[in-house]
Amino acid sequence: MADAASTASESRDLDKLLLRPGNLVDPDFEPGTELRDALQEQVRVLVVGAGGLGCELLKDLALSGFKNLEVIDMDRIEVTNLNRQFLFRLEDVGNPKAEVAAKRVMERVKGVNIVPHFCRIEEKDNEFYSDFHIIALGLDSIEARSYINAVACSFLEYDSDDNPREETSKIMVDGGTEGFKGHARVIKPGFTPCFECTIWLFPPQVKFPLCTLAETPRNAPHCIEYAHLIKWNEAHSGKAFDPDNSDHMKWVYDEAVKRAELFGIPGVTYSLTQGVVKNIIPAIASTNAIISAACALETLKIVSGCSKTLSNYLTYNGVEGLHTKVTEFARDKDCLVCGPGVLVELDTTVTLQKFIDMLEEHPKLLMSKASIRYQGKNLYMQAPPVLEEMTRSNLSLPLYDLMDKVPKDILHATGTINKDNKKSSGLRKLRVVFKGIDGVTDMDMAGGA
Amino acid sequence: MIRLFKVKEKQREQAENANGGAPIKKQTAGELRLHKDISELNLPKSCTITFPNGKDDLMNFEVSIRPDEGYYFGGTFLFSFQVSPIYPHEAPKVKCKTKVYHPNIDLEGNVCLNILREDWKPVLNINTIIYGLYHLFTEPNSEDPLNHDAAAVLRDNPKMFESNVRRAMSGGIDWIVCTGLECDIPPLPVSFR
Repeated sequence: MADAASTASESRDLDKLLLRPGNLVDPDFEPGTELRDALQEQVRVLVVGAGGLGCELLKDLALSGFKNLEVIDMDRIEVTNLNRQFLFRLEDVGNPKAEVAAKRVMERVKGVNIVPHFCRIEEKDNEFYSDFHIIALGLDSIEARSYINAVACSFLEYDSDDNPREETSKIMVDGGTEGFKGHARVIKPGFTPCFECTIWLFPPQVKFPLCTLAETPRNAPHCIEYAHLIKWNEAHSGKAFDPDNSDHMKWVYDEAVKRAELFGIPGVTYSLTQGVVKNIIPAIASTNAIISAACALETLKIVSGCSKTLSNYLTYNGVEGLHTKVTEFARDKDCLVCGPGVLVELDTTVTLQKFIDMLEEHPKLLMSKASIRYQGKNLYMQAPPVLEEMTRSNLSLPLYDLMDKVPKDILHATGTINKDNKKSSGLRKLRVVFKGIDGVTDMDMAGGA
Repeated sequence: MIRLFKVKEKQREQAENANGGAPIKKQTAGELRLHKDISELNLPKSCTITFPNGKDDLMNFEVSIRPDEGYYFGGTFLFSFQVSPIYPHEAPKVKCKTKVYHPNIDLEGNVCLNILREDWKPVLNINTIIYGLYHLFTEPNSEDPLNHDAAAVLRDNPKMFESNVRRAMSGGIDWIVCTGLECDIPPLPVSFR
């Protein structure tokens, strides 16, 4: 009796969303305890990153009723994390973030199970990622986001009319913060823009001209970058600078101070040195909390259908007062990562040379002088001469063999597009399907192909 | 809600159908854009490109430049290129591997070229960088230099700059640096240029 009462009060707020109908719900929404139980028992969510956003995400998701969570992070806890990564204490410094975060949330929220993974995201194979309903991202670099995006989009399949098959779309909820600003977005490959579709949103990084650093520094960061980029190599030729090594950082700081004194520039401090060298922007706990809350809420809505989902990019700016805006960005139909590409069906006997010739006639491509790349290997390069020579021997081989005899896969072609009497250079994603082999959409395997 | 469950089953099926589990796709969008840039390279005869890691690794390569006019005519200069996975969001890292007496290239191999740092835009490509590097040799400039001394000589005494360059190219670069530019060797005869 006591148990039933406490369970009821725990999910009291969630029940308001999941047990009754509403006006903003998904067309397929079926309110009821089965939905609430399914959320807890069957849905699996992966949180990538256990730092500022990750800690908040784990707490929010656990308290939102998700019982099967996993978290992956390759870092260990540092003292500077403690102002906002609230799951960690001073005695945890040096331990893996993923493990400590998982342990703390499991101690506080009854019934939740969190599996930590202390490793790099690249160390997990695609099968690992395919096992989750939603992937929530709390990452801090373009490179990491690009990687996860590529993995998620690789599960996406298109039908023969170039429409995305919704059941293969692996949904990601991505959050990012920087000082008082942040964003939360929903990425549903094939439907919303993926990370690469909108990579142009990032402003270029601030880079000082080398000659300014060498000759005419005007401010403290110039002095620091001089020591970091120019003086370090002069004094330690060959040895790579390690930003996490405090001796290296101290050396750069000392040199920057000397430089600043030479030019009469104030403001070089050790913490500014760390900030400039590591590109750090001070992190604020409330920004992280706001963005993670938005992400956790989206995860709940997407999984259960209990309300309209974010479509598809929310920006938050708390520099003065509070400003948020949701923008509906459109997919790039030609996106190399999430786009359908052009379907090309072939016999297994077609050689690479014949394939390249076919691309010229293909009505959706009209590409001449194509260079072909598959899974990180250059099958044929039209230029420069040195690569053309090295890949020429592939031209007479069947494409099916060059593609390791898979029934279908993606490859990329770049060349000259001749459309409407205008020539332009193009890079296209191609969906190659070999006829007569097993297909998800084609004939049975049972026939013994 | 139901659709989400199917995703899991579908992935398992496909993973089983493919040859033993989906391989980790290491190819980034940056590599694809680089592939396009490389296949469209249109280099002048004075520039050649080599791929020390074989035909599949386009992220690390070397470009050799032999200027066919100007102060540096007759010299060969090697540059190493390192392209990042988030290319073209970030410019490639280019270093000069040949020790050269040049106002915009220091002795550590750092190259002061605006499009490599503050003026890089994703719409630029490998071709534009190589042309930019070539331009450094045909038109070295003494404003905003990396090698302060070379720049001063270029500005104040172009004839001495010319002979210093010749001297450095024939192996005397350490001599030039140490003695601080005094040079009484006459420039090479016109017919040799």
